[in-house]
Amino acid sequence: MSAPAIPAARYPSGQAAASEQATAHGGPAARRIVVGYGFWLFILSDIVMFSVFFATYVVLLVGTANGPTPAALFDLRNTALETALLLLSSFCCGLASMAVERRNQLWTQITLAVTGLLGMGFILLEAREFAHMAAEGATPQRSAFLSAFFTLVGCHGLHVSLGLVWLATTMAQFLAKGFRQSMRNRFYCFSLFWHALDIIWIGIFTIVYLGGTMA
Amino acid sequence: MRFLGRLTWQAIPFDQPIPLLSGAFVVLVLIGIVVWVIVRGYLPYLWREWITSVDHKRIGVMYCVLGLVMLLRGFIDAIMMRSQQAIAYHAPGYLPPEHYDQIFSAHGTVMIFFGAMPLIIGLMNFAVPLQLGVRDVAFPTFNSVSLWLTASGALLVNASLVIGEFARTGWLPFPPLSEFKYLPSVGVDYYCWALEISGVGTLLTGINFVTTILKIRTYGMSYGRMPMFCWTALASNLLIIAAFPVLTATLAMVLLDRYLGFHFFSNDAGGNPMMFNNLIWAWGHPEVYILVLPAFGVFSEVVSTFSGKPLFGYRSMVIATMAICIISFTVWLHHFFTMGAGGDVNGVFGIATMIIAVPTGAKIFNWLFTMYGGRIRFTTPMLWSVAFMLTFVIGGMTGVLLALPPADFVVHNSLFLVAHFHNVIVGGTIFGVFAGITYWFPKAFGFRLDENWGKAAFWTAFLGFWLTFLPLYIAGLLGMTRRLQHYDVAAWHPWMIVSAFGVVVLIISAGCQVWQIVVSIRERDRLRDRTGDPWGAHTLEWATPSPPPSFNYPILPDVEGEDPYWGMKRKALQEALAENVHYAPVEVPRNSPTGFVTGFFATTIGFAMIWQIWWLAALGLLGAYAVFVRFAWWEISEVEIEEDEVARIAQSERPALEESLQAALAAEQTA
Repeated sequence: MSAPAIPAARYPSGQAAASEQATAHGGPAARRIVVGYGFWLFILSDIVMFSVFFATYVVLLVGTANGPTPAALFDLRNTALETALLLLSSFCCGLASMAVERRNQLWTQITLAVTGLLGMGFILLEAREFAHMAAEGATPQRSAFLSAFFTLVGCHGLHVSLGLVWLATTMAQFLAKGFRQSMRNRFYCFSLFWHALDIIWIGIFTIVYLGGTMA
Repeated sequence: MRFLGRLTWQAIPFDQPIPLLSGAFVVLVLIGIVVWVIVRGYLPYLWREWITSVDHKRIGVMYCVLGLVMLLRGFIDAIMMRSQQAIAYHAPGYLPPEHYDQIFSAHGTVMIFFGAMPLIIGLMNFAVPLQLGVRDVAFPTFNSVSLWLTASGALLVNASLVIGEFARTGWLPFPPLSEFKYLPSVGVDYYCWALEISGVGTLLTGINFVTTILKIRTYGMSYGRMPMFCWTALASNLLIIAAFPVLTATLAMVLLDRYLGFHFFSNDAGGNPMMFNNLIWAWGHPEVYILVLPAFGVFSEVVSTFSGKPLFGYRSMVIATMAICIISFTVWLHHFFTMGAGGDVNGVFGIATMIIAVPTGAKIFNWLFTMYGGRIRFTTPMLWSVAFMLTFVIGGMTGVLLALPPADFVVHNSLFLVAHFHNVIVGGTIFGVFAGITYWFPKAFGFRLDENWGKAAFWTAFLGFWLTFLPLYIAGLLGMTRRLQHYDVAAWHPWMIVSAFGVVVLIISAGCQVWQIVVSIRERDRLRDRTGDPWGAHTLEWATPSPPPSFNYPILPDVEGEDPYWGMKRKALQEALAENVHYAPVEVPRNSPTGFVTGFFATTIGFAMIWQIWWLAALGLLGAYAVFVRFAWWEISEVEIEEDEVARIAQSERPALEESLQAALAAEQTA
């Protein structure tokens, strides 16, 4: 759908200018816009999915079944550290966007690698937190509250992990293919995804961790 | 741990002749078809032109074929249920309870997810890009992925017929019944995995079509000029994006409960079964509008075309469509008024439900006023449309009745409800699908469907529908609840017999439908559509020859004027026929096996998860990742058709389009 090239050739000679003026709508959008738009819609749908897990979590907060409560479980220091890692990772992803804009392979690879390492740090902290809880008997099988907690936070963690796989693939592709348009479109999608996970995390941080310990 | 997980020979129902024989029959037919295809040497053709095709028209046709086959499959379930209830008065009937429960569950699941949805998505696939005057959807390869994921889900549901069993929960797996504790067999797992897989496909379709409609339209195709079908497709796909993630998440929770002992919907440990109802219907109610809105779009096109008039109240129709799109998210609780949320909550949802009838009513009036004063041609699509208006109004009224919580308390879970939703879904979606298929068939294949057999199919369907479901309304008012395997109330029995007789008429109708296609293929020369515009219709797709070339339009049409109808097609024809047109090379998306391979791995993963064959699931995931990387590395996603070839195709179209233009001009003279 390469739109811009067409108009000159589309009309019988001489009519092009007049017809162009009469056109209220300029025809199919450029590929770059279409790809980004589609991915935005995907992100929205993903946010709808998370909203279901959030709603479920809030409904099941009371379902602790005499087991551990949020206040007893959560360690805000760990959460703060996780938050810092994830936001810094996103910041690095932003730096990578700038490097990609400038077609700088070295800085693209460096910033993306740091993005990935910070993301991995986040996952490790989360895994450690989960393991810690499980060791104390706070498993998802213990109560409805814990089922909802592990599913909501775990689903975010799963997204981050899949993002890391995608990130590695993207880095390899930048190396192999350089900065052609299709690659930049894909990287745009990746950075949308990575930033959207921050937004979800802000929700988790606020509703799950702060809400759980301060209520 | 066993090598094949929970899968053993006991999964094959050797002791139950009905599923075993019907399953064996289906497997034999499938093997027969595959052997026939291979022996006749059609396999390369099928692979090249259909299975790997990313052309929206081909994908649309394949969706419709899948939908029609599944419609027949669901219909066979319906025949079994109606015949069982006709004879199960003071008697056990011929279907044991555990089998009967699977049948009504499979009937609903198959009809909604694999019958109605593929048919609706198929029609949108076929018509929307053509109507927008463009060459394909936004993401053609993902479109193919969607198709094959849907097919994968359909395959899994049907596999449950012979390997293991299906859910015994009803068409939605209500907990706590669907919890592992109460139904440890694989039935619910089949349900969940099949719908998780096909749900991803549907979500991709939603994203694809919203992007297409909002971002890829031809020159001058502003929102106010989009055909009504595109508007309804937009609303439907917006609903898909907003609703299907809810289904995915909810079924994921059911699976976590079942596989890992989580407590979302369990009776103990703080779980909340009613939360499932809220979540599933937060998806489920929008779902019925996902199904019916595109059908409304079909009726808009058909009524306008065969009344020879532009659609009455185009703008009010757009507003009504978008209003329904939004309000449909605010009514879900009316599916379980009896939960006991209290008078205030029930009141709010009851009123919202009644409000949604208002824009729907506005649409009915718009169609009536479109017909008013028009020169109506009662072709098969038009008959379906008129019958829809009659049927749907009655179904709508029983719906408003059910929206009153006190009335709902009386008839909830009864056959009255069953009659109501069949009244709107069959009368709305299925009538719309048949109207749409008959309407666009010549565009897809180059020849019309036979009118006589089409009309026979219509009248028998119309009669059969009412004969089947009117008795259910009455039986429901007499207190008969749904899903009864047998009963002892004498007053219900006659109505069940009438209903079964109605099914016989519907069987004749289904036969007419099949025979209509056979006759039409045989007599395709007589039914040939030479001009590309057999109905004298309005929208852009009729300014192409039938069938259109793979890239639809040699030059993208330029749309102008306030009236989005007659002028649009005429101008597109005139542009296509202008002298000295300079053709540019056309880029078409390249065929890709990605969709099919994804479907293959999805089926593998689904099957492995259902039977808990963990190594196979891991293998499937690895394969899926390999496909992802392959797709990501695939640079050449488009092939270019050269100028000369485009010009040659455009030249070959000229006689047909010339004739079509003359007819259009003549029609304008007389109008």
